[in-house]
Amino acid sequence: MSPDFLSRMRGDWLGNIRGDLLSGLVVALALIPEAIAFSIIAGVDPKIGLYASFSIAVVTAIAGGRPGMISAATAATAVLMVTLVRDYGLQYLLATTVLAGLLQIAAGFLKLGSVMRFVSRSVMTGFVNALAILIFMAQLPELIGVPWLTYVMVAGGLAIIYLFPYVTTALPSPLVCIVVLTALALLTGMDLRTVGDMGELPDTLPMFLIPDIPLTYETLQIILPYAAAVAAVGLLESLMTAQIVDDLTDTKSDKNQECIGQGLANTATGFIGGMAGCAMIGQSMINVKSGGRGRLSCFAAGVFLLILIVVLGDIVSVIPMAALVAIMIMVSVGTFSWSSIVNLRDHPRSSSIVMLATVIMTVYTHNLAMGVLTGVLLSGIFFAGKIAQLFRVTSSLSEDGLTRTYHVEGQLFFASADDFAAAFDFNEVLERVVIDVTRAHIWDISSVAALDMAVLKFRRDGAEVEIIGLNAASETIVDRLAEHDKPGAMDRLMGH
Amino acid sequence: MGKIIALVDGSIYSESVCDHAAWVAKSKGWSVDIVHVIGRRDESADPRNLSGNIGLGARTALLNELAELDAQKARLAQKRGRAILEDAVARATAEGVEAHARLRMGDLVETLREMEADADLVIVGKRGEAADFAKMHLGSNVERVARSTTRPMLVASRAFQPVKKLLVAFDGGTPALKAVDHIARSELFAGLKLHLLTVGTDTTETKRGIEGAAALLKGAGYEVTTEIVAGEPDKVIADRAEAHDFDLLIMGAYGHSRIRNLFIGSTTTEMIRSCKVPVLLFR
Repeated sequence: MSPDFLSRMRGDWLGNIRGDLLSGLVVALALIPEAIAFSIIAGVDPKIGLYASFSIAVVTAIAGGRPGMISAATAATAVLMVTLVRDYGLQYLLATTVLAGLLQIAAGFLKLGSVMRFVSRSVMTGFVNALAILIFMAQLPELIGVPWLTYVMVAGGLAIIYLFPYVTTALPSPLVCIVVLTALALLTGMDLRTVGDMGELPDTLPMFLIPDIPLTYETLQIILPYAAAVAAVGLLESLMTAQIVDDLTDTKSDKNQECIGQGLANTATGFIGGMAGCAMIGQSMINVKSGGRGRLSCFAAGVFLLILIVVLGDIVSVIPMAALVAIMIMVSVGTFSWSSIVNLRDHPRSSSIVMLATVIMTVYTHNLAMGVLTGVLLSGIFFAGKIAQLFRVTSSLSEDGLTRTYHVEGQLFFASADDFAAAFDFNEVLERVVIDVTRAHIWDISSVAALDMAVLKFRRDGAEVEIIGLNAASETIVDRLAEHDKPGAMDRLMGH
Repeated sequence: MGKIIALVDGSIYSESVCDHAAWVAKSKGWSVDIVHVIGRRDESADPRNLSGNIGLGARTALLNELAELDAQKARLAQKRGRAILEDAVARATAEGVEAHARLRMGDLVETLREMEADADLVIVGKRGEAADFAKMHLGSNVERVARSTTRPMLVASRAFQPVKKLLVAFDGGTPALKAVDHIARSELFAGLKLHLLTVGTDTTETKRGIEGAAALLKGAGYEVTTEIVAGEPDKVIADRAEAHDFDLLIMGAYGHSRIRNLFIGSTTTEMIRSCKVPVLLFR
C-alpha cells in the first residue's frame, strides 16, 4: 500500500474520467451485439454471454494488469465451447469457466506471461486471421437459406456501419445500424429472425449460483481439456491485446497481473452463470480510438452494458439478426490482418507457412489453441532448421598422409547431428584422426552421441582418435551446467 | 561542494523555488541543478472518435495517428520545458549562483530518485500549475516527492521572503532530532531567532526532550525560546507560524504509520498545506 501504488491506482481509475466514461459507453454499445452473437456461436442463451461480458469487464478492470483494455465474452473462447455445450449442456460450461479461471490464476502466479516470447509474430498474425475467419464463419448459418430480404438488410447494415462515420463520429455507427434496421423491421413488419428467437434474454441482475454438476473424476476428465484450451487461448489473446494496447498508448503493463486478473474474472463469471471470455482486440482498439485509457473505461463498459440490457431487454429482443450479422462481419473484417496477405509475397517462406498453418489448423479444428500450438511447433522446427545450417566441417591431411584433422565449427544439436555424422570420410585409411571441436557448440545429447559414433567408427577402422577442445565445446550443454545464470556466461558460450 | 535540486514547472511557484535555491546556494556555496520533468502524457486532449467501428488496417492507422499526435505534443512540451529552464537558470545566475539546467522525461518521483543521490537538498514549490484553481490544496506532486525523497526537502511558498525567525516543530522523534542537529551545525541560519515548539502534553519526558534540544542549539550560538502546547499539531503549529510572523517552519517528515497515513492523511502533509510559510523537512 505504498503511496506510489495509491497514486498509480488513482491515475489508472481517475486519470481520464470523461474520456473513460464516454469510451466505456461506446464499448458497451458495441458489446451488446457481440456478446449476444458469441453466445449464439457457443450455443447458449444470449443472457449467458451478456452476464459474462458484464462480470469479466468489471473484474478485469479491477484486477487486470492493463488499464484501458477491454475484456468480455469473446469469439475466441466461444468457439472452443461449442461441442461441450452440445454434448453436456450449460452447467458443464459454467464449471469449465470456473476451472479455466483457476488455471489462468495459476499461470499468472507461475509467471507464465513470459512464455509469450515463444509465440512468434507469424503465429500471432495467424491467430488473428483465424479468429476473423471463425467469427465470419459463425455468421454463415444466418446467411444461408434465409429470405432474400435478410441479404438486403445485412448489406444496408454494412453500408451504415462503414459510411455513417463520414457523417459524424460522435455516434457509434454499429448502434445506428441496429436502431435503423430494428425500426425498419418493425415498421414494415418484415418476417426476419430476431435476437429474441435465439434464446432467453436477461431481465434481472445476475446472481450467484454454483454449477450443478457431479463433483467426480469423470466430470474433471470431461471439462479439463476444454478448460485448458479456454485458459490458454484466453491468456494468449489477452496478452496479445495487452501488447497492442501497450504499443498504442506507449505505456507499460504487467502481463502476469493480467493473467491473474483474467483468471479471477473467469472464475467469478462461472459462478454467476456466464461463459468464459478474455481480452478483445477489436473492442480494445475501439476503446483506445474513443479516448479510453484507464481502468474506468472497461469498468464503465461492463456497468453500462448491464444497465442497458436490464433496462432495454424488451427492445433488444426485437433487434433483427441481420443487424448483428452486419456488425459481426465488420468485426471480422477489422480483426483480419489484411496486410498479412500482401506480406505473403515478401516475408520469408517459413514465416508465411507458420502463419498459414496456424490459420488452417484453427479453422479445421475450430480450436485456436490447436492452431497456436501448431504454429509455435512449426516456428520452433523452422528455427532449428535455420540454426542447424550454421555449422561446417573442414579437414586437412598431414604431410605424411597418415593423420587427418577435422575442424568442426558452429552449432551441433539434434537438427544438425545427421549432417555432422555425414561430414566424416570413414573410407579413408588413416593412422590417426584428430577432431577439433574447439570452435563448435555442442548443445545436446544428440550431438554428443553423433560425435561418439564418429569416434567409434574411426576406431573400428583402426585409427587412433583424438578430440581437441571438448570441454570448451560441451560447455554449451546449457541445461546441465545452468551456465546462463553465471556471470560471464555469454563470453564463455560464444567466445571460444 | 554540495548540490541543490530545484524542481520547476511553468507555475508561479517556480520563481520562488529559484529564489529559495539561490538563497541556500549563496550562503552554503553550493551549486543548483534546476530540474524540469516532462511528465507522463496527458491523454485528455486526444481527438475523440466515437464511431466505434474498426476498418481495414485499423490498428496501424490508429498507431500512426496516436504516435503523430504524441510526437507533436512532445515537441511542444520539450520547447516549453527548455524555455522554463532557461528562465529559471537566468534567474538563479543573476543571483550569482552556479546553476545547471536538467530536462528529463518520465515520472517526477522516479526521476528524482535517480538524481538525488549526490544532492544535499531538494526544493519544490508548494503547488504546481493548477495552483490558482484549488487554493489551500497541495500540488499532487509535492506529497509524492515529500514521501519518496531521502534528502532534506524545502517546500517553497508562493514568494520568497528573507528568513529571520525560525519555527522548529519538535516532536522528539528521530527526524526532529536530525533537524535540530542540522540547524546547530548549519551556517545557513546563523544568528537567527529560533522557537522550539512541542505540541503535546506537558510531561517531564517532553520537557526533557525539548530542553535538551534547546541546550544544543544555544550551544551553537542561537537565541532559543521553547514552548509546549496541548492540541492538534497541525492547527497549533499553523496558528503559531501565522501569529508570530515566522519565516520558515522546520520539522521532521512523515511518521511511521503508513496505514494510519492512508486513512487519516498525515500531520506532515497537513502542515505543508496549512502553513503559508516555506517548510523545511528532515527525515
